Amino acid sequence: MNDEKTQEKASKIDLNRRAMPHQSPKIRRNNFDEVALGYTRELAQAEASRCLQCKKPRCQTGCPVGIDIPAFIACVKKGDFAAGIKKLKEKNCLPAISGRVCPQESQCESKCILLNKGGEIAIGRIERFLADWEAAQGKIDLPEKAPPTGKKVAIVGSGPAGLTVAGDLIMLGHEVTIFEALHKAGGVLVYGIPEFRLPKAIVARELDYLKALGVKVFTDFVVGKTRSIDELLQEFDAVFVGTGAGLPWFMDIPGENLNGVYSANEYLTRMNLMKGYLAPRAATPVKRHLKVAVVGGGNVAMDSARTAVRMGAAESHIVYRRSHKELPARAEEAENAEEEGVIFDVLTLPLAYIGDENGWVKEIECLKMELGEPDASGRRSPVEIPGSNFRMPVDAVVVAIGNSPNPLVPATTPGLDTTKRGTLVADQETGKTTRDKVWAGGDIVTGAATVILAMGAGRKAANAIHEYLTTGKQ
Amino acid sequence: MNKVIERSMIVPNMHVLVVEAPEIATKVRPGQFVIVRGAEEGERIPLSIADFDPEKGTITIVFMEVGASTSVLAGLKAGDEVLTCVGPLGNETVIDTFGNVLLVGGCYGIGSLYPVARALKAKGNRVSVLLEARSSYLIYWLDRYVPLAEKIYTITRDGSMGTKGHVSRLPDIINGMREKPDRIIVNGCTYLMAHTSEVTKDLGIPTVVNLNPIMIDGTGMCGVCRVTVGGKMKFACVDGPEFDGRDIDWKEFLARRKAYMREEAMFFRRSDAAFAHNEGKCAWHE
Ligand SMILES: Cc1cc2nc3c(=O)[nH]c(=O)nc-3n(C[C@H](O)[C@H](O)[C@H](O)COP(=O)(O)OP(=O)(O)OC[C@H]3O[C@@H](n4cnc5c(N)ncnc54)[C@H](O)[C@@H]3O)c2cc1C
Ligand SMILES: Cc1cc2nc3c(=O)[nH]c(=O)nc-3n(C[C@H](O)[C@H](O)[C@H](O)COP(=O)(O)OP(=O)(O)OC[C@H]3O[C@@H](n4cnc5c(N)ncnc54)[C@H](O)[C@@H]3O)c2cc1C
Ligand code: SF4
Ligand code: SF4
Ligand code: FES
Repeated sequence: MNDEKTQEKASKIDLNRRAMPHQSPKIRRNNFDEVALGYTRELAQAEASRCLQCKKPRCQTGCPVGIDIPAFIACVKKGDFAAGIKKLKEKNCLPAISGRVCPQESQCESKCILLNKGGEIAIGRIERFLADWEAAQGKIDLPEKAPPTGKKVAIVGSGPAGLTVAGDLIMLGHEVTIFEALHKAGGVLVYGIPEFRLPKAIVARELDYLKALGVKVFTDFVVGKTRSIDELLQEFDAVFVGTGAGLPWFMDIPGENLNGVYSANEYLTRMNLMKGYLAPRAATPVKRHLKVAVVGGGNVAMDSARTAVRMGAAESHIVYRRSHKELPARAEEAENAEEEGVIFDVLTLPLAYIGDENGWVKEIECLKMELGEPDASGRRSPVEIPGSNFRMPVDAVVVAIGNSPNPLVPATTPGLDTTKRGTLVADQETGKTTRDKVWAGGDIVTGAATVILAMGAGRKAANAIHEYLTTGKQ
Repeated sequence: MNKVIERSMIVPNMHVLVVEAPEIATKVRPGQFVIVRGAEEGERIPLSIADFDPEKGTITIVFMEVGASTSVLAGLKAGDEVLTCVGPLGNETVIDTFGNVLLVGGCYGIGSLYPVARALKAKGNRVSVLLEARSSYLIYWLDRYVPLAEKIYTITRDGSMGTKGHVSRLPDIINGMREKPDRIIVNGCTYLMAHTSEVTKDLGIPTVVNLNPIMIDGTGMCGVCRVTVGGKMKFACVDGPEFDGRDIDWKEFLARRKAYMREEAMFFRRSDAAFAHNEGKCAWHE
């Protein structure tokens, strides 16, 4: 069988997955520069050479946007980087971003045939290399756009979903305008994910590219407040809603409104978008906390805990109610956090925050947990150990237990239906909502998910919008 | 970016800022606010809209210079640009036919109550206004209230105008009124709102305040503006900023309002006015 042959071939090949150069933990603890430095040309080609070029590439089935992975890897192996980036961009218009933040170990790389041998191809790193190589070439030639159609599309929200729709539709000849509530476009890519994981210059570059293609971007514009979707539809032929899942959850436990208790969104926004990490040069007020506890175990929690380290915390803790194995964060980020000295208090549940006389948090009352039976998510569920209460002294808490969609747009748009979870009802294949001429995609439809899923949803919606604009079918 | 049409100091440390914002000017309702950003690497701060002119496409803000961000705004002149001016945010003040409404304003609230007074009067309410300040020279916009209000009361700390003292004298004023107010609306510094709510609790009069917690995005994204209202967590930017002052956990609110006091002071000169605010002891408070 074909597969067996490949297996055989696999046994002979190089299983030495090339490591990516990193800033050493000691140094990067003290700066906000990017942690991973990226492959050199030699490393990228060496890694690409290990790929078996499978006839039925399993890796591709693990990529939510279906990138032709062996094809772009083959180009890297040959050293034809221009062809490689072109191949990549057929399916993914933001490879510099996905190459950095995709949870590869549970997507493309988890399906690579070499995984069970312990040597899966570092697909994300090669992808990142190609994107960075392209950027390093300097001026990127603008591709030829389709002739103008005279149709106008409004895009609400400038996260990865909105940016993808914008990029696709402008190429097809439509007029595209993005409306963004914050003062910088990019969504979570700019206000959430920190500089040390995704340099903001990369997001800015993608935006400049879109603007050069003719996309108009209005920041400081809250749809539902400054103008409603209905009002936009008076001017635009179609609207795409990509407003993300930006409403922070709290646990509804005592003491959550004490000073020093932040939502991760506030903490990260203050540091990233408002440049708190540059204080006191920047006027954004930030606190210097010595002992920070971050509640949660996802990417958002890791980003917060690692930001706290860089802001000078002597101790930065992750307080997570399941075990290390269940951490939902990207494996690489959890590892990086650990290297940087983040302390993992797993199987620990916060019960209450206790304040001092001035209303500042000073302790967390916690309970120890143990793992029980697997729950609906397939992960072993945490069970409380009665009487195991203990107190943890802290001077700041960052709550990073999740986000749900912001109700602002649905609440101000009659006919735009939502689910019980507050997400928009939209067709899986097209992103079409229950409202005439309105499509949606990304976290607003799926609930908090991933960058690549948002981009994938954007691409599908862009196709459907194009179809509507050219044929009238929706 | 929004163009500055005018910026001037109306009374010491209090500035009027008129900016070009055509979309906001046509949309805004009394009680709503904008978020403004003056410096590229600075914070975003909420400021109430004190007037608007849909025809000219402008909005007017009255702000007190208290810290880093407001000091940048205080340095603006006509022709300059404000980097961010986004809105109108928050829910509008409920305007209905209440009957007799008393508006209590201090500090920037004297300005932000003006559109509220105008709308209430247009709806057929009888409007009285109580303005509160440290001294007579800090009271502004009296001329604007004269055509709207049946009666204008003032309280000054030094007694240079109206009743001497601070807002704890409110019951005296209410008792002296021919008709008890059916509703009280308070805008201004936190202490004014907290104390008025305390006083009116005993009087049993619905008291609406326009809360002013620290905010970042103003759209429900960051949660920094959370307050406890009637025992429930609310986000002031989207659930408010208007709440019944009698339901608010003021102790918690005051503590949260002062969260960045020390950091602000480090960055900003310690002007008297800023410091009085810093301590949360706005104007009249000992
Ligand atoms: C801290 C953090 C770390 C993460 N790390 C990773 C990671 O490593 N890998 C990964 O794959 N995913 C990660 N994610 C998840 C990922 O970022 C999101 O799934 C993705 O950004 C969703 O994209 P989106 O386009 O749907 O929305 P968003 O990126 O959320 O963008 C929505 C945009 O819409 C704007 N908006 C909202 N309401 C309005 C309105 N009414 N009017 C105008 N504009 C509006 C918002 O301001 C925002 O800019 C992380 C998320 C966070 C918060
Ligand atoms: C919905 C809303 C509407 C607002 N409307 C106005 C307005 O119309 N005009 C206006 O002048 N301000 C208004 N404020 C308050 C205004 O946002 C703050 O004064 C501003 O953020 C101060 O920014 P800063 O950087 O200059 O001062 P900071 O450096 O942030 O503040 C200096 C210190 O003063 C304290 N402080 C500032 N303002 C107050 C206050 N009002 N009460 C108690 N303590 C305070 C701060 O907590 C801090 O400790 C409003 C606030 C909200 C939430
Ligand atoms: S987009 Fe993400 S999942 Fe797809 S190949 Fe690239 S890194 Fe893998
Ligand atoms: S990346 Fe892995 S699965 Fe994909 S083609 Fe190469 S060896 Fe095969
Ligand atoms: S200001 Fe951020 S949620 Fe209200």
